[in-house]
Amino acid sequence: MNKFGLILAKTYIDKFKSKSFLLTTILFIAAIMVGANLSTIMDQFGRGGEAEDEWKIAVKDEEGTVAGALEQQILLVNDQISINQVTGPFDEVEQQVIDGQYDALLTVTLKESGKIESVYFSESLTSSDVSNDLQLTLQTIQSNLAANKLNLSADELATLNMPVTFKQDSFSETAKSEAELSEARGLVYIMIFVIYISVLLYSMMIATEVAAEKSSRVMEILVSSVPPIQQIFAKILGVGLLGLTQLSIWGIVGYASLQFNRDQMQGGIYEFFGFSSSSIETFVFGLIFFLLGYFLFATLAAFLGSLVSRTEDLQQMLMPVTLLIGIGTFLAFYGIADPTATFVTIASFIPFFSPLVMFTRVGMLNVPIWEPITAIVLTFITIVLLGWFGARVYRGGVLMYGNGSSFKDLRKALMITKKE
Amino acid sequence: MTLRIEKVTKRLGESVAVDNLSLTIPEKSMFGFLGANGAGKTTTFRMVLGLINASSGSITWNGKPIGYHNSHEVGYLPEERGLYPKMKVKDQVVYLARLRGMEKKKAEQELIYWLERFNVPEYENKRVEELSKGNQQKIQFIAAILHKPSLLILDEPFSGLDPLNVELLKDAVRDIHKKGTTTVFSSHRMEHVEELCESVCIVHKGSPVVHGGIREIKRSFGKKNLLINAEFDLTYLKGFPGVVKVKERMDGVTLQIENEGVSQEILKEINAKGFIRQFSLEEPSLNDIFIEKVGASFE
Repeated sequence: MNKFGLILAKTYIDKFKSKSFLLTTILFIAAIMVGANLSTIMDQFGRGGEAEDEWKIAVKDEEGTVAGALEQQILLVNDQISINQVTGPFDEVEQQVIDGQYDALLTVTLKESGKIESVYFSESLTSSDVSNDLQLTLQTIQSNLAANKLNLSADELATLNMPVTFKQDSFSETAKSEAELSEARGLVYIMIFVIYISVLLYSMMIATEVAAEKSSRVMEILVSSVPPIQQIFAKILGVGLLGLTQLSIWGIVGYASLQFNRDQMQGGIYEFFGFSSSSIETFVFGLIFFLLGYFLFATLAAFLGSLVSRTEDLQQMLMPVTLLIGIGTFLAFYGIADPTATFVTIASFIPFFSPLVMFTRVGMLNVPIWEPITAIVLTFITIVLLGWFGARVYRGGVLMYGNGSSFKDLRKALMITKKE
Repeated sequence: MTLRIEKVTKRLGESVAVDNLSLTIPEKSMFGFLGANGAGKTTTFRMVLGLINASSGSITWNGKPIGYHNSHEVGYLPEERGLYPKMKVKDQVVYLARLRGMEKKKAEQELIYWLERFNVPEYENKRVEELSKGNQQKIQFIAAILHKPSLLILDEPFSGLDPLNVELLKDAVRDIHKKGTTTVFSSHRMEHVEELCESVCIVHKGSPVVHGGIREIKRSFGKKNLLINAEFDLTYLKGFPGVVKVKERMDGVTLQIENEGVSQEILKEINAKGFIRQFSLEEPSLNDIFIEKVGASFE
């Protein structure tokens, strides 16, 4: 095996066997499992929990017409609510609610004009579900009563209650249709998050590795055996492959658990996130931009890591990396909300932001293909330049020891290897 | 296969780490590279290895500059020892040897030989951080020589070892040298250099002050040491013509004299004064030469 392969294999195997790799992999698998079963779990805690004790409401209605209708119609909206007509004086009923005989009290008055006036009393006003359902039902009853007064037929009544068809569309050609957007949003959202976490995580891994080799002083032997540029890229590729391994594991687990929960996938949270028909295009761009982002920041992290003498100083040195990824992610999340904003468009071409921001635009808009390609090419050029520059810094940096961790060291590192 | 350092200068900003250094180290020789702390030894070694570029001048091994293309021919023991603390001895040494172009099987066999030779075969599967500092150094040494380099550079190979282990390592260095390896090493311990090397170079502030075979250096130094042990006070000899320095010892004095002739004058002077137990004329030690040439106040 050649030297490059040796370092690559060692990096990959060491990291694969490390506890942190095992831990993050398992934690994320757990998170994916929870996420995939979210609706089941929410059912357990939400409606499932209330199933046993239904919401008993005392209804005080002088005439009784509204209360009767309410008793029947509420079942169509929420079968957990039970309506009990009471006739006693207000104080007496109030006491019954306080004693826990009823959960709430609703007073209903039908006015001359056909308007229903209603007040809802309860010990706590936390459960808005119930009051919303009551309000909705009362609204329907009021409309029906009004319709009865006008002697409308059943068909006419149906027309009256017909829901509006409301669709969003855009004149802009670059915009995706509403259906496409809601489909894209979820995938883009999740993938930005994955890109952010993994690029940050793996870049840190590289920098830590370099700093550890340097602080244990094994670096001087390594650098006398293998050219720095080979070392850097063997490490980056090794950790990159590790990252792909981890992402594949997560991907397979995620896909499997979605397949497993296919029955529950209809509607609800899944439709909002647009998983029902994941866009292959978005996914492919996501992978490309993940790789670009990773190589860019890993190269930066590797040569910054070569400048510190102790792993303790690493965090400070890696500030630019954390900051750039942070800003990129912020812009990307902003871009999900408003993908056509000018500064989002501009940022999508700036190499350090484009992996995240251009990906957002590709995912959210129908951008012309030359735009992502330009961004990819620009980022690629930046990686090559950074790699070339980084290898020079690395070569000097790994031989330099001191308490400094400032950018002054950068000049010094370049000077050590330079011919004057 | 000669290592040639020609008019090499290394500037680091304002300061000059190595100043116009020229050395020729013939094939299969054992060469001592001496200097005070910060004299530029490590910088020179790094330039020889091609880790850093010289500001001017050239360094060639067998007519070619040393680089990654011939890194398998070169062995290096850096002054700052460093191994992967969490890695097992075997994995580590084999990995480093493979990076120097050695085959895995061969490296494993050689490692067993060396571990046994250094009386530590049980360390094969231990993690480096579990070993004592001295034992880590043995492992580091093995890592530097396992791939049978033809040029071996040892930066302070014996520092931090107990006398038994120093002997063990010295024997190993001698054996490797006998098998035809050109060896360059630096040390602060002059007696090690005197014992092992044919020729030396003493550098001071980046430039060589003494260079050549040890015997010639001693001869050309001129000054001799005179050891006297007598039953009367000898410190008055401080002012005697030709005496450079007087060093008192428990059992007498050591005088540094300008030349052999002075010793006879002194003998005449003290002969009648009383009983003389010892009177011997000795070659100057490398230590004396170093102190004289480098001028540091090590006494």
